Amino acid sequence: MDQETILLTILGMMLVTYFPRVLPVWVLSSRSLPPLFLAWLRYIPVSVMAAMVLPSLIVQDQGLDVSLDNVFLLAAAPTILVAWKTSSLFTPVLLGMVAVAFLRFIATL
Amino acid sequence: MSSETGEPQAFRAWMQGMLLAFPIIMGYIPIGIAFGVLAIKAGVSPINSVFLSLFVYAGSSQLIAIGLIESQAPTLSIILTTFIVNLRHLLMSASVSPYLKGWRMSEVAAFAFQLTDETFAVHSARFASRSWRKAEVFGINVTAQAGWLLGTWLGITVGQFVHDVEPLALDFALPAMFLALLVVQVKERKHIMVALISGLLSVIFLLGGWGKWNVILATFLGATLGVGIEQWTKRQSC
Repeated sequence: MDQETILLTILGMMLVTYFPRVLPVWVLSSRSLPPLFLAWLRYIPVSVMAAMVLPSLIVQDQGLDVSLDNVFLLAAAPTILVAWKTSSLFTPVLLGMVAVAFLRFIATL
Repeated sequence: MSSETGEPQAFRAWMQGMLLAFPIIMGYIPIGIAFGVLAIKAGVSPINSVFLSLFVYAGSSQLIAIGLIESQAPTLSIILTTFIVNLRHLLMSASVSPYLKGWRMSEVAAFAFQLTDETFAVHSARFASRSWRKAEVFGINVTAQAGWLLGTWLGITVGQFVHDVEPLALDFALPAMFLALLVVQVKERKHIMVALISGLLSVIFLLGGWGKWNVILATFLGATLGVGIEQWTKRQSC
């Protein structure tokens, strides 16, 4: 594919990516919304984050992996615990990464 | 507002935003490097690779797109795939909209351009805390995209010399961040239920071959279930 076609593709990708990002916030931020819809919106963060993170923890190579060899799954436990106890962002992220590095190191022994 | 003048306060809020974006860029730089390396390998010019990270700025769809470019897929199918993969941002954009009341349209437009899965996760936690400021929001967004561009640039220039980042565990930075921000936002028992159902539905859809739709479908169903439970318990207690 020549670079000009790629550039045109990129511009098309930009438009179709920006549209769903901007449309709801543009239309909805300036009006008052019905309470039931607001209640629904309040569940989106928890719901979408769980929908994004759980596959990254238990799906490996297009298959389910809930074994003890799954370092992401193992490291999730201390990450969740520390996030819950400290309510911070840095401590659990760093601890989770240290746990993953440690478990990988152990696996090479 | 305190009696302090606006500017130093805005500066402090901007710096606070840069700090909050730190876990994001820890995840973005290595993925950006991988993207830069793969884009060059797929025959995308360096400037077009940077344009992808600058104008599209959506990691998973950028990686999918360079795979499609390499396999000579038609332009329209690449654009359509990108649209489907990024459609989940509809829900995130709707979810933050109540907090952006009173913003100028240009500010809303700039904010939305840099709304990614990761910035959304940080924003929604900060918006819920009620102590956020507009400068902080943009500090997070600009820092995050700068990290993504830095990673892309590193991938293009020195990427072929970077071999194995696995021992550094940088690939766990973003899952860990999502976990931490999820835990912070779980405040009631029904949140745990909604999170578990949404996560499991997402896994089921993904394994069932609906990999482009799993997040948006699971989120839609999970949030609807949450409101359903809420309404039902309200009616029970009447």
